[in-house]
Amino acid sequence: MSDRPPTTDRGRIRIVGFDDADSGRPGDATSSGDGDESPAATAESPAERTARPTADTQSRTDPTAAASRPSGTALEGSGRSRSAGAWQRFRRNRTAMAGLTIIVVMAVLAVFARPIEVSTAEYTITLQPVSLAPYDPAQPFVGPANAPPSWAHPFGTDWAGRDQFSRVLVGGRYTLTVGLVAVSLALGVGIPLGAIAGYFGGRIDEIIMRLVDVLYAFPFLILAIGTVAILGRGFWKLVVALVVTGWIGYARLLRGEVLSVREREYVTAARALGIPDRTIIRRHVVPNAITPVVVQATLNVGTVVLTAAALGFLGLGLEADTAEWGAMLSRGRDSLLQGHWHVTVFPGIAIFLFVLAINLVGDGVNDALDPHRDASDDRRRMR
Amino acid sequence: MSLGRYVLTRIAVAVPVLLGVTVLTFSFIHALPGDPIDALVGFRSVSPATEASIRAEYHLDRPIWEQYLLWLRDVLVLEFGESPITGRNVMATVGRRLPATLALGGAAWLLALAIGVPTGIVAAVRHGGPADELSRIAALAGIATPNFWLGLVLLLLFGVRLGWVRVIPPDAPLASLAMAKFMLLPTITLGTASAAFVTRLLRSSMLAELDATYVRTARAKGLRERTVILKHVLRNAFLPVVTITGLQLAFLIDGAVVVERIFSWPGMGRLLVRSILQRDYPVIQAGVLLIGVSIVLANLLVDIVYAVLDPRIRY
Repeated sequence: MSDRPPTTDRGRIRIVGFDDADSGRPGDATSSGDGDESPAATAESPAERTARPTADTQSRTDPTAAASRPSGTALEGSGRSRSAGAWQRFRRNRTAMAGLTIIVVMAVLAVFARPIEVSTAEYTITLQPVSLAPYDPAQPFVGPANAPPSWAHPFGTDWAGRDQFSRVLVGGRYTLTVGLVAVSLALGVGIPLGAIAGYFGGRIDEIIMRLVDVLYAFPFLILAIGTVAILGRGFWKLVVALVVTGWIGYARLLRGEVLSVREREYVTAARALGIPDRTIIRRHVVPNAITPVVVQATLNVGTVVLTAAALGFLGLGLEADTAEWGAMLSRGRDSLLQGHWHVTVFPGIAIFLFVLAINLVGDGVNDALDPHRDASDDRRRMR
Repeated sequence: MSLGRYVLTRIAVAVPVLLGVTVLTFSFIHALPGDPIDALVGFRSVSPATEASIRAEYHLDRPIWEQYLLWLRDVLVLEFGESPITGRNVMATVGRRLPATLALGGAAWLLALAIGVPTGIVAAVRHGGPADELSRIAALAGIATPNFWLGLVLLLLFGVRLGWVRVIPPDAPLASLAMAKFMLLPTITLGTASAAFVTRLLRSSMLAELDATYVRTARAKGLRERTVILKHVLRNAFLPVVTITGLQLAFLIDGAVVVERIFSWPGMGRLLVRSILQRDYPVIQAGVLLIGVSIVLANLLVDIVYAVLDPRIRY
């Protein structure tokens, strides 16, 4: 992070009280190059603009005050230029784009694997008529049982003679939706709780963080297994189990960021203006503290998918006959000992590819949003 | 703050967490659908006499907070009663499985350090070079490989195809050569992802340390690069690896649940999964409680070790 004033401000005479109109000008943010080293111009969130007239004289006279803020929050916030800059950086990152391509291809394959139909009592509406998968994944004995890969069945068949290729294609639907839905819902729980704990502090903080500490005492999978034991099996129950384990990480991470953001001048200014706490948290605090949570959430899609697959493998996820990648492996040990390698190899490769792609994208998101933080802080990949 | 006071504060923070862990595991039986008595007998029909004895044993006729305190009193002396499903003593069942899991987890942790530390050092020293790039790809692959799949593939290759190792554990005591040989594949399966984490973590913390001024000083006074890296940088960079030990423990337990199933390893993980499928809830409760408590204690220990190693954090 450089201490020098942004290029656009260099050489200008700065007079206290006369900079407001200029600093809020959209041209400032867009004209400042790729955004890497111009935080004072790009990091200007609406929060700061509204906060300016009453307080913050210090940062107005001293442009470096804004420039020397920690990188963790400087580049994140609202405003089109920032997200555009992040996308620019992301697009230049080849491995991240490779990861994104893998995910998009897998998603397309999953969507077009079998027709999607919505049927009510009388009507069946076909939303998506394409069928890439040659067979119905649940149809038994479309070929001989445990057949090795051939032209008719590229990935072979499983113990019930079902086409593995079709099952792997359709299985992507479960994996992708479980990953996305569970992570989004966990964010929906973790972000508010973490923001409230960090912003208000005191008793509320104490209660929420002790709950987080207690849940953190249990390993991810053990907690999920416990939840499944209580709720039973099924798609939404699986999602609930993954949300129960997932939100704690986001709450803890966001709280830590909020603790430093709430001490900033623009938050004090917003408070002085009498803006309600709800609005301050939503508009000013969370957008400036969210970056690490976004990175973590991206990486967590991989963790969640692995956990869901592990539960499926243990026979505790979706029903054993579901064409889910983890569940497809649950019989893998038996068929493997009988020498049918293809039954385990293909679903495993599918999981591996997806999680690898998520990790590449996660690294890319990290570099794009937060170029000054090292992407290889792998503590967060474990949770 | 003196070390003694620091330790006391850490313990004071850990106590409410431990209590929370017991409350959560206690409420597990009551969170199950239906009457707790049904859960305790695994939703089977039992004679009224058995039911009455179980009711008495778990004090189910008392108010719930009293039940909790009575249960906590028993738990403090590791008394979990008998499983209504198998009729065996719960603590004995869990206790018999614990050493196997500890041995597997410990071996995997050592393997993770043995692979991760040298790789992390090389990646940091050759920062940006092909060795660094290679280690990054290997680490990402290690993280993305599902451990159950890795286990199956290793079993297929070395157990089924090549026939080098047995596919089920030998009937031998835990501390024997046959068992050690069998443990090789489960250890690799469990340790791979951890090794990847250690590599990446050590690499990033070493990179941060390499920029420090004391490194420049050490080089300027003519120390060999080897000495600078191994004696000065590594010692400081190793602290983050110590702090994640608690997290690693949780991670290894998660992995053990899966790996033990693949290799029929007689440990806690397999016991837990079997108990869930059998609805043997007292065993699940005891197992989960032990895991939760040991992780809290491990984190406490790590905090204390950290404070001993690095006096700066006692603030």
